Amino acid sequence: MADHEHKFMKYLRKERLPHIFCPGCGDGIVLNTIFNAIEMSEVDFENISMVSGIGCSSRIPGYVKCDSLHTTHGRALAFATGLKTANPKQDVIVVTGDGDATSIGGNHLIHAARRNIDLTVICINNDIYGMTGGQISPTSPQGSYATTAPYGSTDKPFNIAEVAKAAGATYVAKYTTAQPIQVSQAIKAGLENKGFSFIEVVAQCPTYYGRKNKIRSPVEMIHWLKDNTISLEQAKDMTEEELEGKIITGVYINKPRKEFVEALEDISTKISDIDPDTNINRAYRSE
Amino acid sequence: MIYINEDLCKGCFICVDCCPMDVYTPSKELNQKGVHLPIPEVDKCIKCQLCTLMCPDQVISIEDD
Repeated sequence: MADHEHKFMKYLRKERLPHIFCPGCGDGIVLNTIFNAIEMSEVDFENISMVSGIGCSSRIPGYVKCDSLHTTHGRALAFATGLKTANPKQDVIVVTGDGDATSIGGNHLIHAARRNIDLTVICINNDIYGMTGGQISPTSPQGSYATTAPYGSTDKPFNIAEVAKAAGATYVAKYTTAQPIQVSQAIKAGLENKGFSFIEVVAQCPTYYGRKNKIRSPVEMIHWLKDNTISLEQAKDMTEEELEGKIITGVYINKPRKEFVEALEDISTKISDIDPDTNINRAYRSE
Repeated sequence: MIYINEDLCKGCFICVDCCPMDVYTPSKELNQKGVHLPIPEVDKCIKCQLCTLMCPDQVISIEDD
């Protein structure tokens, strides 16, 4: 069997498999698309670090054969900012969930986007808190059921991609797990973009979201995602009532601007005596 | 050739659904883990590799003969 393994098995910690995700979980598909994007882009796998917070999606870096940080709830972006500023040559990928990124770590998300730090953030949005028992998350659609909303959610959900765009991210894309090739291309573009790249992937959670909303099987959930997906072009001519409950996919913004670490280095070369290339004070350098 | 890793499959049938050529059919019998494995019909496969991307459990490997 060992000779005929899955093509991405070389990137995985085989001793930990099978992973903890439920049968048909979207996180496994996103794991595949991350490797596909790394193979498509010119990024070196050895140079990648992955950072995650808490949640089902945040278990992903634990299965990947690279340096990884599994941090506190919602603070993945704060840790990743530190990692990137300390070692700007590292390619940092942050894998986070909808609750982790927008609820507990909401402020970290908007300020990381505002500062435009060179991170690739992959937000797996399954519309519910899956790991803790199916509570309503900030992205749960209006009228959807959960353990904390037995009569249906009344709140208006976040469109995380719009939030990231408004906060100042330079590359924002949103797709679903039913579009693995588009997701791979978006992650590739995010890895190559110098600046804050945010890729939202709407994923299925058959165990909690599906069970509470009568879409029980993974296959049914994938069909549900496909039926509710529309592109940005289609969404332009639609009214707000028509757009309710729809997943608007596409590239929201791709507009590079000055990156955070670059701006810091510019200032330090201007005012500091320490040479950024050699890390030696100019006063001690022998002429 | 299509290889199915029995140890990793959790029986979600996403491969059965996503395949454009309907290569996979669920097995009638359960395996030791209590999973209906997908049974591939190799002749129908056009090697588009969509199932290897869509499989959440990294089960399927499609190789050139």
